[in-house]
Amino acid sequence: MKALVPVKRVIDYNVKPRVKADGSGVDLSNVKMSMNPFDEIAVEEAIRLKEAGKVEEIIAVSVGPAKAQETLRTALAMGADSAILVETDEEVEPLAVAKILKAVAAEVEPGLVILGKQAIDDDSNQTGQMLAALMDLPQGTFASKVEVDGDSVSVTREVDGGLETVKLSLPAIVTTDLRLNEPRYASLPNIMKAKKKPLETKTPADYGVDITPRLKTTNVSEPPVRQAGVKVADVDELVAKLKAMGVA
Amino acid sequence: MTMMDTGLDYPELRDSIARLCADFPGSYWRELEDRSGYPTEFVAALTEAGFLGMLVPEEYGGSGLPLRAAAVVLEEINANGCVASQSHAQMYIMGTLLRHGSDAQKAKYLPGIAAGELRLQAFGITEPTTGSDTTSLKTHAERRGDTYVVNGQKVWTSRAEHSDLMLLLARTTPLSEVKKRTEGLSVFLIDIREAQGRGLDIRPIDAMINHNATEVFFDNLEIPADSLVGEEGQGFRYILSGMNAERILVATEAVGDGRWCLKRAVEYANERVVFGKSIGSNQGVQFPLARAHVELESADLLCRKAAALFEAGEDCGSEANIAKLVASEAAFHAADIAMQTHGGFSFAREYEIERKWRETRLYQIAPISTNMVLAYVGQHVLGLGRSY
Ligand SMILES: Cc1cc2nc3c(=O)[nH]c(=O)nc-3n(C[C@H](O)[C@H](O)[C@H](O)COP(=O)(O)OP(=O)(O)OC[C@H]3O[C@@H](n4cnc5c(N)ncnc54)[C@H](O)[C@@H]3O)c2cc1C
Ligand SMILES: Cc1cc2nc3c(=O)[nH]c(=O)nc-3n(C[C@H](O)[C@H](O)[C@H](O)COP(=O)(O)OP(=O)(O)OC[C@H]3O[C@@H](n4cnc5c(N)ncnc54)[C@H](O)[C@@H]3O)c2cc1C
Repeated sequence: MKALVPVKRVIDYNVKPRVKADGSGVDLSNVKMSMNPFDEIAVEEAIRLKEAGKVEEIIAVSVGPAKAQETLRTALAMGADSAILVETDEEVEPLAVAKILKAVAAEVEPGLVILGKQAIDDDSNQTGQMLAALMDLPQGTFASKVEVDGDSVSVTREVDGGLETVKLSLPAIVTTDLRLNEPRYASLPNIMKAKKKPLETKTPADYGVDITPRLKTTNVSEPPVRQAGVKVADVDELVAKLKAMGVA
Repeated sequence: MTMMDTGLDYPELRDSIARLCADFPGSYWRELEDRSGYPTEFVAALTEAGFLGMLVPEEYGGSGLPLRAAAVVLEEINANGCVASQSHAQMYIMGTLLRHGSDAQKAKYLPGIAAGELRLQAFGITEPTTGSDTTSLKTHAERRGDTYVVNGQKVWTSRAEHSDLMLLLARTTPLSEVKKRTEGLSVFLIDIREAQGRGLDIRPIDAMINHNATEVFFDNLEIPADSLVGEEGQGFRYILSGMNAERILVATEAVGDGRWCLKRAVEYANERVVFGKSIGSNQGVQFPLARAHVELESADLLCRKAAALFEAGEDCGSEANIAKLVASEAAFHAADIAMQTHGGFSFAREYEIERKWRETRLYQIAPISTNMVLAYVGQHVLGLGRSY
């Protein structure tokens, strides 16, 4: 079967984001951009499934600006077989991304779509779930373990109460959590090979998807500076304080 | 002028190196320093991922990438808090062999070097009594039948204990018998594994930084005559082009160190609050940090210019020297201001600032000292009189 792995180009997790002076968004000029860390985990999982003989082919897809080619090349260097860039300079909301992915999946016909549970720029945590709903496929979100067996996949999920394992029939949608795996770095020969792997460029219009935003961002601002905490002498004082604040 | 990339070039190499380096935190380097250890695991990771063979042409099993790509790798290693200098030479010492070695030598050594199975990362030029005055060096090799017999001493030869092969510059015709001082020097490729105990003795130097530097003694060491690289007597010319590559790589590596120091200093200046506000909001702290950034940006551009010229096969002697000088100072200024910004905490080894400060001090002295660069610029670029 094929695995489709969407990857997003986001501000690097090491960079401290700065809000634009006019409050219209985060300043991305001259800022290091990288593959969304959860998507790296998704690529890694697909590669491990391929190495285990469960997946034959990995297709990476990104919706974003021309520069997202770099992100796709990273996925190819890690081990994806081919890539599709759905190019747009507009901001694409999760629902529109899910619609594009549905259209891509209709062509690719993957047995598994492995997505990051969220992107670290907008932290939406929606695309995987929306895609599952649009495609009417079973979903295993926040995966910490993925095991393919025949025509089903067992996904261990990190939920509030602990771990939950769901068994889904394939094709299915999986979203990755942090502890699923530790992604590999691309070796130099693989980086070189990646330059020769196929990378197709499309537009949202090619898939007939209208990406017009449905939400309007009115203002982006820095979080308030954290105020110093209150020091307490002992547990009794702590409990008393919490009670007084109405928390306990 | 050659086309030059001014953006964040080779992003895929930078990404891969950043990820590789994440497995080697400060504690790894600190512990190594405690025992003057060699970063075997780090070097193995770089080797396995193919980075140390990246300048070797593809026909010999390397990746045949341009010098700038290697420079970016070294820059990123340091910019991620790791140490490039303990393995950088495996990338470039082979350049002399590649450009001037015989086909037989290249076929024998380059594939192993590309794969990292054969380590060629020691280069003996500097000697205790002659130092920067390279053409006066005393180590000599005398032809006897099918062998050369080597006598003399090198100092500060880095990584000799962690290398299988060593490139050696030695005199083959006495200074008194040559027309020009630059003649009569020859380059040899010595198999350390075979030579040790048979006239070659390597002794580590207890040094300010963990650079695995050594003294190397030659006492009637017999080496096969085919250890000679290129023609006898032409060695000085051969090492010059290699030195340009080395200076460009080391300069870019220094920029990486500077970037790391500055990043850490800025983070600290933003977090550290005394007198009721972040120390970084005081101009006395902020301006030196801003200046360090300005200097690193200039150094970065000079490194790219020198690399672009080198790749175009143009003469880049002055550009390589200038880039090295500016980068060595920019890096040390960044390290020094990182010390100052961290206040007393810079002295705590755990912060890694004092280690980088010591490490970045080297660039003003090795592989060539600042005054020698200035003498070059004075004479060869500005046309001033010879001072030595
Ligand atoms: C950690 C480390 C690693 C090294 N690794 C290697 C290696 O792998 N291989 C190798 O061959 N060498 C290596 N070196 C040696 C290095 O290249 C030399 O130390 C450097 O070139 C300076 O030479 P020197 O130490 O003999 O200083 P000297 O030549 O004695 O110079 C001392 C000072 O006097 C100045 N000076 C000298 N002559 C003049 C002049 N005419 N005008 C103005 N100023 C002058 C110099 O600039 C310098 O500041 C290493 C050194 C160190 C510290
Ligand atoms: C080896 C060693 C021994 C020591 N021994 C002792 C000891 O015996 N007893 C003791 O009490 N202390 C001791 N100290 C502590 C030393 O006195 C402090 O480290 C020093 O006063 C700086 O304070 P700090 O480290 O908290 O830096 P910070 O106060 O955090 O300052 C950090 C940097 O910001 C700058 N800065 C801060 N505020 C401003 C401002 N408003 N405008 C411009 N610049 C500013 C500082 O100049 C400094 O460069 C020792 C430190 C060391 C390293």
